[in-house]
Amino acid sequence: MELDTITAISTPMGEGAIAIVRISGDEAITIADRIYKGKKPLKEVESHTINYGYIFDPETEKKIEEVMVSVLLAPRTFTRENMVEVNCHGGIVSVNRILQLILKQGARLAEPGEFTKRAFLNGRIDLSQAEAVMDLIKAKTDRAMNIAMSQVEGKLSKRIQRLRQALLETVAHVEVNIDYPEYDAEEMTLGILKEKATFVKNDIKKLLQTAQQGKILRDGLSTVIIGRPNVGKSSLLNNLVHDNKAIVTDIPGTTRDVIEEYVNVRGVPLRLLDTAGIRETEDIVEKIGVERSRKVVEEAELVLLVLNYNEELSNADEELFKISEGRDRIVIINKTDLPENIDMVKVKYLAGEDPIVTTSLLLDEGVNELEEAIKTLFFEGELEASDLTYVSNSRHIALLNQAYDSVSDALQAIEAGMPVDMVQIDITKTWEILGEVIGDSVHESLIDQLFSQFCLGK
Amino acid sequence: MSYYGGDFDVIVIGAGHAGVEAGLASARMGANTLMLTLNLDAVAYMPCNPSVGGPAKGIVVREIDALGGEMAKNIDKTHIQMRMLNTGKGPAVRALRAQADKYLYQHEMKKTIEETGNLLLRQGMVEKLIIEEDEVKGVITQTGAEYRAKAVVVTTGTYLRGKVIIGDLAYESGPNNQQPSINLSYHLQELGFEMVRFKTGTPPRVNSQSIDYSKTEIQPGDNVPRAFSYETTKYITDQLPCWLTYTGEKTHEIINNNLHRSPMYSGVIEGTGPRYCPSIEDKIVRFSDKPRHQIFLEPEGRNTQEVYVQGLSTSLPEDVQRSILETVPGLENVRMMRPGYAIEYDAIVPTQLWPSLETKKIKGLFTAGQINGTSGYEEAAGQGLMAGINAALKIQEKDPLILNRSQAYIGVLIDDLVTKGTNEPYRLLTSRAEYRLLLRHDNADLRLTEIGHNIGLIKEDRYNKYLEKKEQIHEEIERLKNAMIKVTKEGNQLLKSVGSTPLKEAIYAIGLLKRPEITYDIIAQLAPPDDTLDSDVAEQVEIQVKYEGYISKQMDQVEKLKKMENKKIPEDIDYNAINGLATEARQKLSQVRPLSMAQASRVSGVNPSDISILLVYLEQGKLKRVASTNE
Repeated sequence: MELDTITAISTPMGEGAIAIVRISGDEAITIADRIYKGKKPLKEVESHTINYGYIFDPETEKKIEEVMVSVLLAPRTFTRENMVEVNCHGGIVSVNRILQLILKQGARLAEPGEFTKRAFLNGRIDLSQAEAVMDLIKAKTDRAMNIAMSQVEGKLSKRIQRLRQALLETVAHVEVNIDYPEYDAEEMTLGILKEKATFVKNDIKKLLQTAQQGKILRDGLSTVIIGRPNVGKSSLLNNLVHDNKAIVTDIPGTTRDVIEEYVNVRGVPLRLLDTAGIRETEDIVEKIGVERSRKVVEEAELVLLVLNYNEELSNADEELFKISEGRDRIVIINKTDLPENIDMVKVKYLAGEDPIVTTSLLLDEGVNELEEAIKTLFFEGELEASDLTYVSNSRHIALLNQAYDSVSDALQAIEAGMPVDMVQIDITKTWEILGEVIGDSVHESLIDQLFSQFCLGK
Repeated sequence: MSYYGGDFDVIVIGAGHAGVEAGLASARMGANTLMLTLNLDAVAYMPCNPSVGGPAKGIVVREIDALGGEMAKNIDKTHIQMRMLNTGKGPAVRALRAQADKYLYQHEMKKTIEETGNLLLRQGMVEKLIIEEDEVKGVITQTGAEYRAKAVVVTTGTYLRGKVIIGDLAYESGPNNQQPSINLSYHLQELGFEMVRFKTGTPPRVNSQSIDYSKTEIQPGDNVPRAFSYETTKYITDQLPCWLTYTGEKTHEIINNNLHRSPMYSGVIEGTGPRYCPSIEDKIVRFSDKPRHQIFLEPEGRNTQEVYVQGLSTSLPEDVQRSILETVPGLENVRMMRPGYAIEYDAIVPTQLWPSLETKKIKGLFTAGQINGTSGYEEAAGQGLMAGINAALKIQEKDPLILNRSQAYIGVLIDDLVTKGTNEPYRLLTSRAEYRLLLRHDNADLRLTEIGHNIGLIKEDRYNKYLEKKEQIHEEIERLKNAMIKVTKEGNQLLKSVGSTPLKEAIYAIGLLKRPEITYDIIAQLAPPDDTLDSDVAEQVEIQVKYEGYISKQMDQVEKLKKMENKKIPEDIDYNAINGLATEARQKLSQVRPLSMAQASRVSGVNPSDISILLVYLEQGKLKRVASTNE
């Protein structure tokens, strides 16, 4: 909807020491207050001040991040609306977590150029700038159309359509009981409604878990580098980290004592697992190395398997192929600066469909090809790894979260013994939100469903 | 030859359910009003089912009453049965329905009209409108009378080029063999109005004395006295029951064997029928796996033996209709009195109207009811009332009254019609309202009495009663917020007796009332008020407290939309001059010409990006105007 409260990350992704998440709209301050703890709530601080505090997750009460928050009250702001700017550490993970929290509290993800558009609509920008805004909106529409198209064909979309149809039939059933109370349709009971709502809730939960790209872009693609000692794992790691400004974080509880590093490779954020292991275990015995790899591979979504160009394939190499079978995998044959001793035919056979990249990390050769292979693997060459991809997925996640909350509300109402038609309000809302995910929220289809599902008349 | 017939402020063409509300409202607001009808004996005639109300529709009747209309009062005086529907569900979907004595209903309404000042009821068929410079100036009748007026409301129902169809028999006719109105339809087309052809139908009527009721199930009215109008104090106690029976295999067999004789399938009928009111042949074709369909037998009045056979609407030939009737349990020996029929008629495409129901093409010309593509007496009456009000406001040179979607079902109805149009006769359904928890049967007075009073249709004493009720509700809710209910043995026993958990510690009354199983009556026992509350005040308190969470959620949505409602779009905006609008949006917007951004966003085929562009364009326009005045 127009003129609701919007939010977006206003600094380039993955770069810079700090990042800013902006919120604009009537509810900007209310929303920020729900996830911010400082000396005073933001609604009590002076306008145009910057306030130290931290962001927490209201569900778990867990502290997420130390922040500085600017509060800017309308009309003396860029958009002439109430604005909040959350300044946080510039890592992709923390910025995204904050953005997701804000979205969950009811802000909508801003479209490209939307802050500027607001500024204009509220009379902040002069006429000469208007054309530029129009172009922005138009450009956005074209791109959004493309995205929408590719999503319509996607699995996510199909699943959501199925889910929506199930909801629609349920809603139509409730409606027929309401609008035709004497019609001899089976009465929709709270029991049936509960069953349907639970099914939908679980499916949305699964969707949220498997919204693969969205998850990757939010959390980073968990990646592991495996290979025998001295094939160049450390060099590869250092190379990726050096080239891509890694952000080292230490998130307790995610993996035991393992340090993870984040790098952004051409728009694909990689979460490199067990980097400590790689650095420390270059010289441990092969057997232990393989065992350790087996464990880490289980958690990984992408496996970078490194082989030595200069040596023959060993049993350990073949073992590594085996344990990483079935994962997204890129085979890297390193040390092309040395003579070829590896059996390339066999490597190709073992790699199957997986891409093979030859590198000489020593001479800095082949790194571009590797990065390109990573990007291709995850965007399948179709999508630009631009903000837009990220945006549209973030939007999905936010909407799916809202749908999940809405269907949970419905279930809660069922538990509380609310009348069917009240429960139905949240069920319908779930259906509408899911419609927004796939860009289809036509109200009329409920009425169509009503008349095709039931034989009604006077 | 024509002659000068007189000068009026407002002329209403038609005296059906839309026409009578339009005429009464306009006259009561002080406009000198002429109401013309084809046949004085068909005022407020019910050509189809003898009932008023039901889900959504019943709420419209309450709204009509809160705004000062007549339908509620009239049915309160003339019904044979009343029932509250959906009592097992939440308050938002409860609705009252009455079975009407359709003859009494007409007589009572005609009497009210005759006794109303400023209102002249006259028989006459309007053939032409007098138009000068795109403004309506009066009407000319078949008998040559030329009446002048500043505003005209057209409520011609299903009479425009009406055509009755029974089997292969088809003839020009209004409903139930009334005279059709032919020339006015052609005249409207000449004036440039886009028309559509719609179809509806009615079942046969049978003689009650030939029905074996022992083979049917009784459907009695409620024992509790009920009324639509907030002003009604006298209740009808002796009610007549309706009866339920079913079609069977044999019925379906006869229909299937005679489908080739059905005008629906032979192509005689061209008009679009409503999906929600299919003929029995339609039901059997489309839902072939349903073994039986319900048939309700509804008396048409106290002084007649005629019974309406609800569920058997049909246009099959008369002999087939008779055979079908005989297959229904209880109707084996039934004597049919009138056959069912289908009727086709002309309606205007309602996107040609402003939300005030004034036509965009001709100033001062309003249309209401089935001519706007709706079906149902209540939908017609709601529009008639609004058209009458807006015609009178126009005479007073005041802004029109436009109800929005969060204020009334009438608002939903009219907004749907003028914004989206309709490709079949439009029926109100609760699911068409996005804020149905706000649009309840019980709070129609709280929503609309203020407005009714402002326009002069609600008198002082009723208005004061409304204010008092509002105050009492407010005070009682405040009291419950502060009243502590302590833990007592008797109290906990009472709670247990209604299946509620006993209290462990003291609780505010308001918190206890939020429990689904706790009614206001129980609260009144545990924390008695100083004076016992009226039942309708108690009801409001209970609903407002119990469903507060849901209500405030919907209120929030309404609030959010308000900004877009408040962004007005000029009537004369040129959508072709706006760069970047999608072609479809451009066409649709040019046709509908929405008055606010919110309305624009509801036009089908208009995307959010079109709305963005429109917003920016309007803002540019403002800047340009400022710039030009500064020069």
